Amino acid sequence: MSDFDTVRAETRAAVEQAADPAALEAVRVAVLGRKGAVTDLMKNLATLAPDARRAYGAAVNALKDELTQLIETRRAELGDAALAQRLTSETVDLSLPARPEAQGRLHPISQTIDEVIAIFGEMGFSVAEGPDIEDDFHNFTALNFPEGHPARDMHDTFYLPDAADGRKLLLRTHTSPVQVRTMMNQTPPIRVIIPGRTYRSDSDQTHTPMFHQVEGLVIDETTHMGHLKGCLAEFAQAYFEVEHVPLRFRPSFFPFTEPSAEVDIGCSRKGGELKIGAGDDWLEILGCGMVHPNVLRHCGVDPGRYQGFAFGMGIERIAMLKYGIPDLRTFFDADLRWLRHYGFVPLDIPSLITGLAR
Amino acid sequence: MKFTLSWLKTHLDTSADLATISRTLTMLGLEVEAVVDHAEAFKPFVVGHVVECTQHPNADRLRVCVVDTGSAKLQVVCGAPNARQGMKGVFAAAGTTIPRTNLLLKKTNIRGAESNGMLCSAYEMGLSDDHEGIIDLPADAPVGKPFASVLGLDDPMLDVNVLPNRADCLGVRGIARDLAAAGLGSLKPRVVPAVPGQYTSAIGVRFALGDHPEACPLFVGRQIRGVVNHASPDWLQRRLTAIGLRPISSLVDITNFLTFDVDRPLHVFDVKKLKGDLVVSLARGGERLAALNGKDYDIAAGMCVISDSVGVQSLGGVIGGAPTGVDAHTTDVFVEAALFDPLRTATTGRALGVISDARYRFERGIDPAAVVEGMEAATRLILDLCGGTPSALVVTGAPPDTRRIIHMAPSRVAALGGVDVSESDSRRILEALGFAVGAMSSDGSLPVVPPSWRADIEGSADLVEEVLRVHGFDHIPATPFVRPGNLPTLAVSREQRRVLLLRRLFAERGMTEAVTWSFLPQAEASLFGGGDGALKLVNPISVELEQMRPTPLPTLLAATRRNADRGFNDLALYEVGPGYRDPTPDGQRAIAAGVRAGNAGARHWQVAGRAVDAFDVKADVLAALAAVGVVPEQLQLTRDVPAWYHPGRSGSFKLGPKAVLATFGEIHPAVARHYDLAGAVAAFEVFVDAVPLPRARAGRHRPLLKPSPFQAVSRDFAFVVERAVVAETVVRAARDADKALVAAVSIFDLYEGKGLPQGTKSIAIAVELQPTERTLTDADLDAVSTKIITAVERATNGKLRA
Repeated sequence: MSDFDTVRAETRAAVEQAADPAALEAVRVAVLGRKGAVTDLMKNLATLAPDARRAYGAAVNALKDELTQLIETRRAELGDAALAQRLTSETVDLSLPARPEAQGRLHPISQTIDEVIAIFGEMGFSVAEGPDIEDDFHNFTALNFPEGHPARDMHDTFYLPDAADGRKLLLRTHTSPVQVRTMMNQTPPIRVIIPGRTYRSDSDQTHTPMFHQVEGLVIDETTHMGHLKGCLAEFAQAYFEVEHVPLRFRPSFFPFTEPSAEVDIGCSRKGGELKIGAGDDWLEILGCGMVHPNVLRHCGVDPGRYQGFAFGMGIERIAMLKYGIPDLRTFFDADLRWLRHYGFVPLDIPSLITGLAR
Repeated sequence: MKFTLSWLKTHLDTSADLATISRTLTMLGLEVEAVVDHAEAFKPFVVGHVVECTQHPNADRLRVCVVDTGSAKLQVVCGAPNARQGMKGVFAAAGTTIPRTNLLLKKTNIRGAESNGMLCSAYEMGLSDDHEGIIDLPADAPVGKPFASVLGLDDPMLDVNVLPNRADCLGVRGIARDLAAAGLGSLKPRVVPAVPGQYTSAIGVRFALGDHPEACPLFVGRQIRGVVNHASPDWLQRRLTAIGLRPISSLVDITNFLTFDVDRPLHVFDVKKLKGDLVVSLARGGERLAALNGKDYDIAAGMCVISDSVGVQSLGGVIGGAPTGVDAHTTDVFVEAALFDPLRTATTGRALGVISDARYRFERGIDPAAVVEGMEAATRLILDLCGGTPSALVVTGAPPDTRRIIHMAPSRVAALGGVDVSESDSRRILEALGFAVGAMSSDGSLPVVPPSWRADIEGSADLVEEVLRVHGFDHIPATPFVRPGNLPTLAVSREQRRVLLLRRLFAERGMTEAVTWSFLPQAEASLFGGGDGALKLVNPISVELEQMRPTPLPTLLAATRRNADRGFNDLALYEVGPGYRDPTPDGQRAIAAGVRAGNAGARHWQVAGRAVDAFDVKADVLAALAAVGVVPEQLQLTRDVPAWYHPGRSGSFKLGPKAVLATFGEIHPAVARHYDLAGAVAAFEVFVDAVPLPRARAGRHRPLLKPSPFQAVSRDFAFVVERAVVAETVVRAARDADKALVAAVSIFDLYEGKGLPQGTKSIAIAVELQPTERTLTDADLDAVSTKIITAVERATNGKLRA
């Protein structure tokens, strides 16, 4: 066996036996160091004939490269093993909970109003608003509720002390006074929706003294009851997000519209469960009609030239129907459990293009 | 408005079934709220003949009957005291459900005797509260046939919601007319021939209405002598009981019948109880009336009253008086058919709290042309049922002239209603409803005269509605409602958008949105700077809901309390809603308010829990203000805060000296105690309307970003300053020390205590230096450090911490 073979074999054995980086380094020094076996081999060079030196030198260098490679490979192996061992020791229990982040919720009323705005906004409506404390001109008289008319009784009005100028102040019983304010301040064409708080002196299973309405008003020269039907049909379809929502218009009475209608949507109550959509039953959701000429006149709009429609619906009611919320009174209780259950995450920004809610 | 099918058919000749009639009514605008069809529910209950009735061998109070049901003879055990052989009763076989109790009858064995069904009481049938014994049917009742027809219970009852504009449909005839117009049969002719008077009434009627003749334009009276006021006949009692009225006596039942039949309220005085003539006048106030409903009423000035020489005997159109009312001994009556002013009737009825069928009708308006006809109809019924001889009519006043002509172009139906209805169809519909339609005039319109009973018809829009609702709203085609332009325009203003953004912002910050009442107890409003009498409801539902809130904070704190009661002490609630300073439109402000209570965040194995504090809500406020476009550097923080905050742990953010944009901090312990909140409570109010809108600009481009190519360097400094020095002074001084180099200053440590002189604190800041021209050298850093140290020391009178 040549010296070469001996060095190779001994080194191979030593490398294999090196259990850690330090032992391996000792092997490296012993083989490739200044006093190492390979260096010793190189020292033999001087003893050789000049023509043999080249071949011998090349052979030593080849051996050196080979052994270096051997040691580095082993070094990488040892490193990998050490890392693997460290990582094992670093294991954490991932079943532990992550750092807490508070989960906020939007009230269903806010979400529903945003949904309604998203839909009617696409139809060219803009949002109008007005004060909760009104006078009886804006809430009743201008809307064609004659003084003392039984229709006023139907509203269960909350009153405040009269204003200094004698006006009767009250909490608006509907969002309709904003119709009056809008018509008095804008010239047609008008296309607004009016969401907001409303108040009636009524409190039982299905009534709360405060609730929310959204009102719609369109005034121009040509809009008729067919458009009202078209508008509400599209709204119902978009809002309820079910396959087909049949709509039924029934004649009704509101002092501020003529003709007036109540609108039912199709539903089924099979097995005691209410489902919006095609079915064998009807559910009233809103009142509407063509704006009464007297209302136009009261608001300085010429009824000989302009006409249009108005509608109004309860925000809580349509929220209850869409989201299956059983009890109106719970809307105002601020019960955290309720708000977390029926509330909406702020990411649910309603849009007809990207979706109303999840 | 309730009526039965057979009652309707006295006015309407129709072959339509109940379902069709019901559906048609609803689609005419006369919404059917309930249909009670006993015939259907009572079908299994048949006339049973008790052929045997013997004592139960093992029970004293029970009897064993054999009942012939028409198809079988069955044994039934019966406990009723009136059960007897030969009687006819209401038999229910095993398998039938009892209406009152909803119990399913089963074949049983009662103390050793088999029982195959039941003989029912009126109570069990849900017909009355009388459970003394079983129903005793007439001897001629046909065995085996449904008992309902024997008792006339097979007449379905309809309850229709008549809206305030359709006063005419408060009589069955008005409803029949609408159905006839809709094609469901024909309205039966009604002719009420006048009854000739045989003498002059002993009672005269005089008006003393002064300046208010409209209070009672017409009063028609008639004396009828020699009447016998016994119980009314079965047919009449059945009509009334079917709609929930209690039969009283023939005279009273007749007035009730005509009230519902033809919408003609009447009153009957007992002549023997009247003193002198009747005077219709407006009350002076202070009079009293013992009314027919058993209550006494204090009459106010201006109410329309009918008096004799003794005093007020009736409130016109509202309720009659008991002392002059008829009773079983009445023989001589004076019948009243009058017109009373709707408004005055409504005011009187509301003021006195009287709900009567007469008031309900007079305040909606009675047909002014049918007063005499109503009197003649009443006379005929009284003569038929009670006998007697009538006087000539006593007519005071005259029916008001309500005749008017409305011009309607036939095309108006399509223009307003969106559906084409031919002129001939429109004409047919209007005429069927009682309108007179003239020939087309030269301007292309039809002259239309509404019938006397339709005071609600004012103009052509009303006529369009009449045509449309009879033609059918279903026939109006849904027409596409297109928006102008291909793309929608903005639906919300910039002001409105801020509110929508804030609602989502706080939820994004982990808070839960509440919607709470706009009103609260006055004492609570006072705690928050409110409680003004001008904002106190005159007629609140309760004292808990009587005062308009000055801010949403108190109602949120009350909600916090309610949640604590349910075991939720750690919470973050917010509401973006109104607060009211005064009753004017400008007095209402949009306020974004929030409450954080208890611990911030859930307990966690890695994160130490801590109580909420002023800095939690400071972060909320700054986030909110940033979201609505406020530049934080422009804000001034001041300590003047409202009394409901902890004076040392709260602040206001202002823009200039006056505009308060927000207040925040810990809630004053005294206020927290009011809500029984023991833990930490911090709150904020952001006054959204007070935040000025950023200037509107065209386009949305942003200033060009110029990132520096040179590395930024951070240097830390700590200063020992007097305790009273506010941290902001240190930050500001450091920031202003070299505006070109200092990019940011942040406080990373605050220390008081051991190692520091008494009354001082150490504030440590990190200053980020951002060169823009060249990399900073050691000399540059020394120079800027010196500048910062000098500036802070000068501004705070403090020292760099050694």
